[in-house]
Amino acid sequence: MIPGFNLLFVKAVPANVTLFIALFMAWVVWALLWRTRLGYQIRAFGKSEAAARYAGINPVRITIIAMLISGGLAGMMSINNVMGEAERLLQNSSEGAGFIGIAVALMGRNHPLGVVLAAVLFGFLYQGGAELGLWTSIPIELRIVVQGLVILFTGALDQMVRMMLGWAFRMTRMGAV
Amino acid sequence: MDYAILLQILDSTLRLATPLLLACLAGLFSERAGVFDIGLEGKMLMAAMASGTVAALTGSVWLGLLAGIGASLLLAALHGIASITFRGNQLIAGVALNFLSSGITVLVAQRLFGQGGRTPPLTGDARFSPITLPFTDALAGVPIIGPFYADVISGHPILVYVALALVPLSWWVLYRTRFGLRLRAVGENPAAVDTAGVSVVGLRYAAVAITGVLCGLAGAYMATALQAGFGREMTAGRGYIALAALIFAKWRPFQALGACLLFGFFQALALRPDVVERVAHVKVPVSFLDALPYILTVLVLAGFVGKAIPPRAGGEPYVKER
Repeated sequence: MIPGFNLLFVKAVPANVTLFIALFMAWVVWALLWRTRLGYQIRAFGKSEAAARYAGINPVRITIIAMLISGGLAGMMSINNVMGEAERLLQNSSEGAGFIGIAVALMGRNHPLGVVLAAVLFGFLYQGGAELGLWTSIPIELRIVVQGLVILFTGALDQMVRMMLGWAFRMTRMGAV
Repeated sequence: MDYAILLQILDSTLRLATPLLLACLAGLFSERAGVFDIGLEGKMLMAAMASGTVAALTGSVWLGLLAGIGASLLLAALHGIASITFRGNQLIAGVALNFLSSGITVLVAQRLFGQGGRTPPLTGDARFSPITLPFTDALAGVPIIGPFYADVISGHPILVYVALALVPLSWWVLYRTRFGLRLRAVGENPAAVDTAGVSVVGLRYAAVAITGVLCGLAGAYMATALQAGFGREMTAGRGYIALAALIFAKWRPFQALGACLLFGFFQALALRPDVVERVAHVKVPVSFLDALPYILTVLVLAGFVGKAIPPRAGGEPYVKER
């Protein structure tokens, strides 16, 4: 329980210090990727492997470093689930957060600020679905369906609207000619 | 360990390897055409629910099988629309399918039957019954081969033999037909296929449809042959193990059979921890046996056992030059 939150909310919220660690880490990732030489190398390597290699960036080194950072960040997820929320190690304590995480990263357009916003949305969906299941007759499985639909339309079908608009414009132009 | 227990374990190996094999071949077609599919799990689960439900309602296992294939094809079409037509991220589309089917299956089963997301137990014609292959009686007298033939080879539901027959068939289609050549080419270099005047989109949709049919078979087998009815999350990560087997087999059909039999053997051993303990003289945790397929796959990916090279255009949507 965080005492300062009482000013914002009526009662204490079940958020713990992990929230601030996570927000800080989002800033660290931004600073690392966009404000350091290593971050520039990582982004260049992702854009074009051949060009990065030509510029003297060691692909093995960058891959290993990126994987280590990613592993460390993923490991921090357990601070909340094990040390904050359950306060013990439960079986399968990550609850599929890894898979939602892929969608959150893509939905956030691979930018820390976008990732924070997308993560908050999925947090709403997760907790909101649980509350609905508790207080109404809406089954809790509906939460998984809604999450799936959000992932589908924002993650996989994000080009759909753009391409359909393109088709519509081309059709009208054809009609005019 | 005596021969009877070995036969028992081999028997359940074949039973447990069948859904892995079907899903693995499904992934093989999709990924060889350049469409990565981590939605195998979701397609299997949806097919298991559809076939279990229809078989329970109509009492006919064949209608159930058709419904399973149909449900899986529907998801495959969604995957195709998202990742081929609208050039979305193939992995995300797969994740979305897994989430969707994980929720929808329980919702539908709960709404129809009200038994906590399960279908009622299937009996009689609503299940695939084991079939006895010919010559079982004739070979019964032969010392080692007789029991092996009767217990391991014979006495499985028909889908097990269908899955085994699909291995050489997939090999023949992929390596000996014009369609197979084009399918493999579209996974390596879609621009070349397009230049030759063959539709990249059409080929990829065909591959994704084959994936749908095979995942439908796998799911129907889960609900109507391996177990008697659909249960919540009954595929239990088999789609992911099938993907691991696909990498382990380096995207080749006969090696996929080998990998699935190996991973099925691990699953069979996980069901009999007492046997493992007696043979190995140490207590092996079941979760270690569950993790073995993934550990072996990581070793293959890390390059310790040969080199696993995925289809070159895999995961990339094809954009025709404008």
